[in-house]
Amino acid sequence: MTDMTKPAMIEMKSVHKAFGANQVLRGVDLSIARGSSMVIIGGSGTGKSVMLKSVLGLITQDSGQILVDGKDAGKGHSSRDRDAFLARFGMLFQGAALFDSLPVWQNVAFRLLRGSLKRPKEEAREIAIEKLRRVGLKADVADRLPAELSGGMQKRVGLARAIAAEPEIIFFDEPTTGLDPIMSGVINDLIREIVVEMGATAMTITHDMSSVRAIADNVAMLHGGKIRWTGPVGDMDASGDPYVEQFISGSAEGPIEAVR
Amino acid sequence: MTPLALLGRLGAATLGLLAALGRLSTFVVSTFSHMLRPPFYGREVLNALLQVGWLSLPVVGLTAIFTGGALALQIYAGGARFNAEAVVPQIVAIGMVRELGPVLVGLMIAARVTSSIAAEIATMKVTEQIDALVTLSTHPMKYLVAPRVLAGLLTVPALVGIGDIIGIMGGYTVATQNLGFNPATYLVNTVNFLEIHDVISSLVKGAVFGVIATTLGCYYGMNSGRGAQGVGRATKSSVETAAVLILAANFVLTGVFFSL
Ligand SMILES: Nc1ncnc2c1ncn2[C@@H]1O[C@H](COP(=O)(O)OP(=O)(O)OP(=O)(O)O)[C@@H](O)[C@H]1O
Ligand SMILES: [Mg+2]
Repeated sequence: MTDMTKPAMIEMKSVHKAFGANQVLRGVDLSIARGSSMVIIGGSGTGKSVMLKSVLGLITQDSGQILVDGKDAGKGHSSRDRDAFLARFGMLFQGAALFDSLPVWQNVAFRLLRGSLKRPKEEAREIAIEKLRRVGLKADVADRLPAELSGGMQKRVGLARAIAAEPEIIFFDEPTTGLDPIMSGVINDLIREIVVEMGATAMTITHDMSSVRAIADNVAMLHGGKIRWTGPVGDMDASGDPYVEQFISGSAEGPIEAVR
Repeated sequence: MTPLALLGRLGAATLGLLAALGRLSTFVVSTFSHMLRPPFYGREVLNALLQVGWLSLPVVGLTAIFTGGALALQIYAGGARFNAEAVVPQIVAIGMVRELGPVLVGLMIAARVTSSIAAEIATMKVTEQIDALVTLSTHPMKYLVAPRVLAGLLTVPALVGIGDIIGIMGGYTVATQNLGFNPATYLVNTVNFLEIHDVISSLVKGAVFGVIATTLGCYYGMNSGRGAQGVGRATKSSVETAAVLILAANFVLTGVFFSL
């Protein structure tokens, strides 16, 4: 369960990132064990999405180190190394980021239609429809365009795309935001399943405390550009950290300022 | 403002311009290197050929026919001042093929294609679709930029050639219908007067303008700022810059072709 027993799949060491004068990450240290599920919580705008993107190399950190499977994620890669690196990842973006010129099934099967994982079109389509089914979408959405779907449906298509090529490491940026409670439950179960059955390493951002409890092995709270608290999900309620307590209870009273 | 401060401003502006040119050159080199190295995205190339080339035909045709017609009227009226009305076919041919065909087609492509490429790619950037491409092991330069620039390189010379012919036909129609020219003599004069050199210069200009128009659309799109405002600014700047660069390149190419 805990970080100590298994080697780390992702390790962030003193990661800093600023956008102009806006210091977002101020020394993030975090370790995620192979095959475990880490959930990141924290206020809006604290840099959770930036954290995920810097692991993927979509954003380059100003200083600090990010190791994936023991290797430096950012440095001196040839494009082939970079392809191999990225092929291990799946990512659900906060805004789904579907390709709006492609029908839903081609979004989901994007990786399976080109590049090293390319396979026949019919097969890719079948896989896409199967993944859509797993996120609670029927086969009839397959040929629609993303713009014709509701926000929650787009989110689930994004999720299907992230898991389509069965990656080892999966990032979910707010997977249940915009979903009804029942569908949230389905998605939580799915994420749990992916970690337990496929042995994937997952890093999930969520604001939904019931998701946290359903998905997480470990929880980390980002606040003030640093990891404020991290530990097994079972310890979360007894963390003794006023920031974490305030976040869990959703109270406006506490050390975290709620500007109104 | 003191002269020294003015000098400083001027220096800063020059450095800024040089830096921008440097970034643009790097972008162009990267585009062509991606164009030549696999994987190739055939479907994207076909789609770009359709968008840049085929669908631009109507606007190119209309521009050329009206310009050719107006040119014939002007030359007839102007030529009449020194009894040289008979040169209409020759001047229309030279004017269309050497200058107006390539420049007007280039500007039309800047208006139609550069703007739509910039807006499309900028929107993809703003909605994180470009980041999503990267996480799906697809290089945006290869998938989005190279096909469009290749399409510009291949189709705009063809459009210019077609524009030249339609423009000459516009002049022919006006000259034979309204100005009393003999149809057969008009065509013979046109064909005999044009040199292969003129035609080659026209097509080379087309290729250069096509690359300028598509590259700038891609460049501003890929470097778009955030939000709707970012998209708007990217689109506006791309068209402005493409139009100015096309006119500047036209001047240089005309110098190279006709004064050496
Ligand atoms: N590309 C960027 N350029 C400039 N600033 C950025 C960029 N990306 C993020 N930021 C800034 O970094 C900060 C953190 O953003 P981030 O998206 O990581 O927040 P978050 O923790 O994911 O919030 P939320 O829960 O609302 O999604 C914000 O202040 C944001 O404005
Ligand atoms: Mg976020």
